[in-house]
Amino acid sequence: MSLKHDIGFTLNGVKKRVTVDVGMTALDMLRDVVGLTGTKYGCGEGECGACTIQVDGLSMNSCLMFAVDCDGRDLVTIEGLAADPRADALREAFVEHGAVQCGFCTPGMVVQAAHLLATHPDADAETIKRGIEGNLCRCTGYKKIVDAIESACCGGK
Amino acid sequence: MNVAEKTHFIEADTLIGKRIQKKDAPEKAAGKTRYIQDMVLPGQLHAKILRSSRVHARIVSIDTSAAKALPGVHVVLTAADVPDQQPIGVARDHLPLKGERVRSLRDEIAAVAADSEEIAEAALKLIRVEYEDLPIISDPQDALKPGAPLIHPEPHGADGKHLHLKPNAPIAFAGKPDNIAMQFDYTHGDLAQAEAESDVVFEDTFKLHYVTHCCMGVSGIIAEFDASGNLLMYSNTQVPFLHKREFAEYLHMDPSRIRIIQPPIGGGFGSKLDIYPFEVICIFLARAAQRPVKMVFSREEEFLASPTRQPVLLTLRSGCKKDGTLTFRQVHTLHDNGAYTSWGATTPFVMMQTFSSLYRVPACDYHTTAVYTNNPYAGSFRGYGNLQATFAIEQHMDMLAEAIQMDPLEFRLKNAQDAGEVTGQGMKFKSCGFKECLTTAAERSDYQAKHRDNIVHRGDAGPVKRGIGIASMLHVGGGAKIYPSDGCGTILKLDDFANVTLITGASEIGQGSETVLSQLVCEELGLPISAVTVVNNDTAITPWDVGVHASRTTFIAGNSAIGAAKKAKAKILAAAAKKHGCDETALDLRGGFVIKADTGEPVVELARLMRNLHFSDKAELVMTTFYYEPPSVHQDKGFKGDVSAAYAWATQVVEVEVDTDTGIVKMTKVTGAHDVGRVLNRLGIEGQIEGGVVMGQGYALTENLIVDNGVTRNPNFRDYKLVTAPEIPEMDISFIESMDGEGPQGAKGVGEAPSICIAAAAANAIYNATGVRIFALPFTPEAVYRALHGKAEKPQLQAWKVTTT
Repeated sequence: MSLKHDIGFTLNGVKKRVTVDVGMTALDMLRDVVGLTGTKYGCGEGECGACTIQVDGLSMNSCLMFAVDCDGRDLVTIEGLAADPRADALREAFVEHGAVQCGFCTPGMVVQAAHLLATHPDADAETIKRGIEGNLCRCTGYKKIVDAIESACCGGK
Repeated sequence: MNVAEKTHFIEADTLIGKRIQKKDAPEKAAGKTRYIQDMVLPGQLHAKILRSSRVHARIVSIDTSAAKALPGVHVVLTAADVPDQQPIGVARDHLPLKGERVRSLRDEIAAVAADSEEIAEAALKLIRVEYEDLPIISDPQDALKPGAPLIHPEPHGADGKHLHLKPNAPIAFAGKPDNIAMQFDYTHGDLAQAEAESDVVFEDTFKLHYVTHCCMGVSGIIAEFDASGNLLMYSNTQVPFLHKREFAEYLHMDPSRIRIIQPPIGGGFGSKLDIYPFEVICIFLARAAQRPVKMVFSREEEFLASPTRQPVLLTLRSGCKKDGTLTFRQVHTLHDNGAYTSWGATTPFVMMQTFSSLYRVPACDYHTTAVYTNNPYAGSFRGYGNLQATFAIEQHMDMLAEAIQMDPLEFRLKNAQDAGEVTGQGMKFKSCGFKECLTTAAERSDYQAKHRDNIVHRGDAGPVKRGIGIASMLHVGGGAKIYPSDGCGTILKLDDFANVTLITGASEIGQGSETVLSQLVCEELGLPISAVTVVNNDTAITPWDVGVHASRTTFIAGNSAIGAAKKAKAKILAAAAKKHGCDETALDLRGGFVIKADTGEPVVELARLMRNLHFSDKAELVMTTFYYEPPSVHQDKGFKGDVSAAYAWATQVVEVEVDTDTGIVKMTKVTGAHDVGRVLNRLGIEGQIEGGVVMGQGYALTENLIVDNGVTRNPNFRDYKLVTAPEIPEMDISFIESMDGEGPQGAKGVGEAPSICIAAAAANAIYNATGVRIFALPFTPEAVYRALHGKAEKPQLQAWKVTTT
């Protein structure tokens, strides 16, 4: 019932070819076409950050990106961060610092934090707070998330 | 695991009070946790609901023929297709599918199950509904006026006019002769005498606004029927056992044929305590399609069609004597019920506890009228009316103190209760750290000095004024006996390797219950947390629990888990004593071993003992069960009685900077002292409190669901402003350990407490900074600016003393 398009991209280090509806978001493609559900739908309007992924090294709200615009790009999702030792430290810090409650915002938060650490390896608490401003969390009050990122930042060398 | 070889004696250790990592955190942080939104069942259809486009209207006709003809559509349902639908909700005033009248914009008119969400959405657009508009009631005060249009006129029903109603037929069929949904009246003490003894009396009206839960995981359900007609529901409910029974009633089914599985839940906060139309409708669709049907909201739908916190218009009169003794409180509240009755209407259960018993109140007279309007309907939300009540009380506490020229902390301490006191409402404070909460929060924030200094500096040059405000709260901390039982069951088993499976009725909704329950079990059995697997999400497996609400899980499910663990321990020690020829009272469990209690000397590895028991002639497995029912009582008809096994206390001091040029209020610091009985998992409890504080900050400063003539104007995160990371205050949290005698290891509930007094303390802080008192929430820049410039409209409640006909 709608136009389809074939696209190719790298997803978590693996080359991928898929056929998508032209109106489909990158978020829906990841969840419904590729079947990776770690990236969450929170609002569909780029306001909550639950769908954060990395595209060519930049953090993006995948709900605001068309799937067809992933063509030729390098995508990393929460599942792909498993291969990144720095992200491993970050995930451990989230666990250790109690930064996870219901956990629904957590994957987006971890992806955003990984991007933040990559671009601001010496970020202080204020920078971290600004860095995760676009990621909403309803459970934790953010403090432990900031603590976790800060510890991964300094502790991760 | 061979501890004995390395250290001959095993030293006593405890998990209580430690920072224990959440058991489900690694999966969640890796994005591997599968929430309901992530689940796909083979053959699953996708469902969408058509909601009303009118606030209040008669439905003239519904034409679904084009939708039914759309390829990929399996089922289209309207009220006409389910003539047997039963009214849902607290007052049974709510039919899931509306056939003849819509009463709010969220009202469900039709539903579609299709091969994909896109097709279901396309089908909705093909449904034609003809309406005849009816007059709208959006101001709850208008709902009480003589001749006001009725929201549930009598008689009406799913099938129109010719009703043969049984006596006491539900409101959904029988209607109501007025717009009054519920009323609550409570009184203790001699009000007239208390008022006569008062040297100072204040009377003010406070206005509390709409906010909503904003769980990051939107609402969803999957329903499917098996070949024998048994219903399996994947649901986010916080109360699976209550809902199993309720769904059975709504569906004319035997409860034994309904099974509810709760996948991990993306936030609850009270929003999942009621059954909502979308759940019943999804089951109707699954029944008609004979396929699994999944329904998940969009965020916009979540804002429009999930419950709100109860908005309240509240007039409080309070008095005290010159010496600082409180004399009385008289309260009238008008609750905007919305179009249907959910738990919001019953928030007076909690509000009256606070009015009657937060500080010593010799006389209290409390009245609530909840009225039907065409607005969104209010449900339960963390704190359950207590934020609203505390907002009014704690502002009056400051006003009374100022009027008698007493320090606000001293005034509060003079009226604060001690352990052993019984309130006018019959609440018995067995453990009570109230005064310690007050003094701790005040000392750690330097409240008294700052409060005095800020007043002195109000007139200084520059637009930014600093303020500090104090407020306290009282909340149930040991469950709440509202239902016939407030209990929780546990099944516990040990395997051949001394690993424990803890099967508990208590659900995990992100608050960390499975971790704290594991901790309590390990404390009894001397095992590491990693030895425990928790099963807690399937009504076919887990024993009954009343649900996750009322800050009860740690206390009730904790005591239940301890009960089962103690029975297991007794069995183990008896077996070990028999086998090793010693007295079981001389033995204990520690570090995975049975040890000699006095020296810590290992007797036998627990895993070995388990195998010996299992593979012996007796062939015994260690499996125990326990059902814990707290020693609380149901309230009598006058709402009196000791409804909780324990009560939690907290004091929070909020510091603000008010920019008088812009009205922007910045919350700079929150100093909290919480009587939690005892800290069990320090990491978990800190997280609960920090999250609650920030939720309270949102209630006070930023969150505002704008409902304009029945229309929700800001159903998105762009315009409904949640607090973000850069805005959080510095937080200094202290724990007062009053060691409750009934609590698990001395602990009391804390889930709701941290949100409750932030707005009240913020109001007092703004007054301290500016000398201007604001009686309505939220403190948005515009509202604060208007108040500072004398342009704020003071809330009014005309409907004082409403009488029913």
